[in-house]
Amino acid sequence: MAQSEQEILEGLAEIVNEETGLDTDSVQSDKSFTDDLDIDSLSMMTIVVNAEEKFGVRIPDDEVKNLKTVGDAVSFISKSQS
Amino acid sequence: MTAERRVVVTGLGATTPVGGNVPDTWDAILAGRSGARTMPYEWVEQYDLPVKFAATLKTPAEEVLSKVEVRRMDPSAQYALIAAREAWADAGSPEGDPERLAACIGTGIGGVWTLLSQWDNLREKGPRRVFPLAVPMLMPNASSAAVSLEIGARAGAHTPVSACASGLEAMGYAYDMIRNGRADIAVAGGTEGAVHALPIAGFAAMQALSTRNDDPERASRPYDTGRDGFVLGEGAAVVVLEEYEAAKARGAKIYAEVGGVGMSADSHHIAAPEPEGAGASRAMVEAVQRAGLTPKDIVHVNAHATSTPVGDVAESNAIRRAFGDDADGMPVSATKSMTGHLLGAAGALEGVLTILALHHRLAPATINLDDFDPAIKLDVVHGEARKLPAGDIAALNNSFGFGGHNVAVVFTSV
Repeated sequence: MAQSEQEILEGLAEIVNEETGLDTDSVQSDKSFTDDLDIDSLSMMTIVVNAEEKFGVRIPDDEVKNLKTVGDAVSFISKSQS
Repeated sequence: MTAERRVVVTGLGATTPVGGNVPDTWDAILAGRSGARTMPYEWVEQYDLPVKFAATLKTPAEEVLSKVEVRRMDPSAQYALIAAREAWADAGSPEGDPERLAACIGTGIGGVWTLLSQWDNLREKGPRRVFPLAVPMLMPNASSAAVSLEIGARAGAHTPVSACASGLEAMGYAYDMIRNGRADIAVAGGTEGAVHALPIAGFAAMQALSTRNDDPERASRPYDTGRDGFVLGEGAAVVVLEEYEAAKARGAKIYAEVGGVGMSADSHHIAAPEPEGAGASRAMVEAVQRAGLTPKDIVHVNAHATSTPVGDVAESNAIRRAFGDDADGMPVSATKSMTGHLLGAAGALEGVLTILALHHRLAPATINLDDFDPAIKLDVVHGEARKLPAGDIAALNNSFGFGGHNVAVVFTSV
């Protein structure tokens, strides 16, 4: 059930909105989770676990620190799905 | 040695089974409305609970808070935040040194919804699905921390835990902080969000709850011969306490003064009250003495009166033991007849209702009192609210908890 990167971005934006209240439009590929979106590590873990469930992938804890931007997460999820 | 610091009440907040804020709650209390209702939750039938009703919030927290606030806080902390915001705004959001501002929010049980829902997650989905905020949400100090964050309180954030006396103990703690100079302003009260299958099953197992499932609104009936246990309630109540001179200087609206606080422990039984009321009466006497008053000055008592067969008589005995014949001149209100028993928030809510009774000079009527129990030796207000006298008056609020915790606070008119 591979999804397009655009679909993943939209799905991820919904998860971020649910967790932080940030507007979905502000969740763009070039945005940094910490610097731009002000998401702390606990919220990040919640987002990761919710993304695993929503996209049917596994994001290892070691990998999370490499997901600096929303785009990093979208590409990782996309690769994991294919 | 400087003059003794006086402590006054300058803001009130509450979300309760009878109203989503203080004005609505007070209107409902004067109108004699019950907040008890059949629980809409599927688990009531799923577990075939022996008690199928509770005094749930009049205005659900989801209608007041943002989606993110609801996700990140246990219901107990959500309710505390709602009440604290109202109280803080009511006090005019006083500006001051954050290091002189405190938060004291008691709770009886803490984040029981979070604890049990995350336990379900662990068992059904595994450890990775346990919410990363599970621990800071379930800890009992989550509410005082949330309030401290909200108002920027840095003098201290404290969480007295003494079962059903917690909310009033928190007010007593805050009063002491201001009196002894640790703070100038404190936001204080209690919260509870424990309308959940487990606490209900536990209280039911000890036969503490009313089982009047066919008539929830008439189930909480303190002092009535037909009383058969308390009605579990939820919600929060919070006050803003301030050092008197500073409050006066900034032109704050002053509802009442905290005259004195008395506390004691029964050391008798983990759950049952000491039947002669020795400990409870000591707390009451101490509160009156510390207020520099005599029993004749007390014109109203908001009793703990949970509607249990044993507890109501024990408190009546304790009041008599404390004040003798002077108790004849103390009209007593049992507001749990309407609100149900909010556990760790009960003392705080009844503190707010005592303050309002002084402020409006009206002692609310106790509802569901159809057949007065002759074992109760008190002048219980029922039928309609009773006018309190003009001039300087004082009122007493009692709060007792499992474990033998006794707290009594005297409030005075200003």
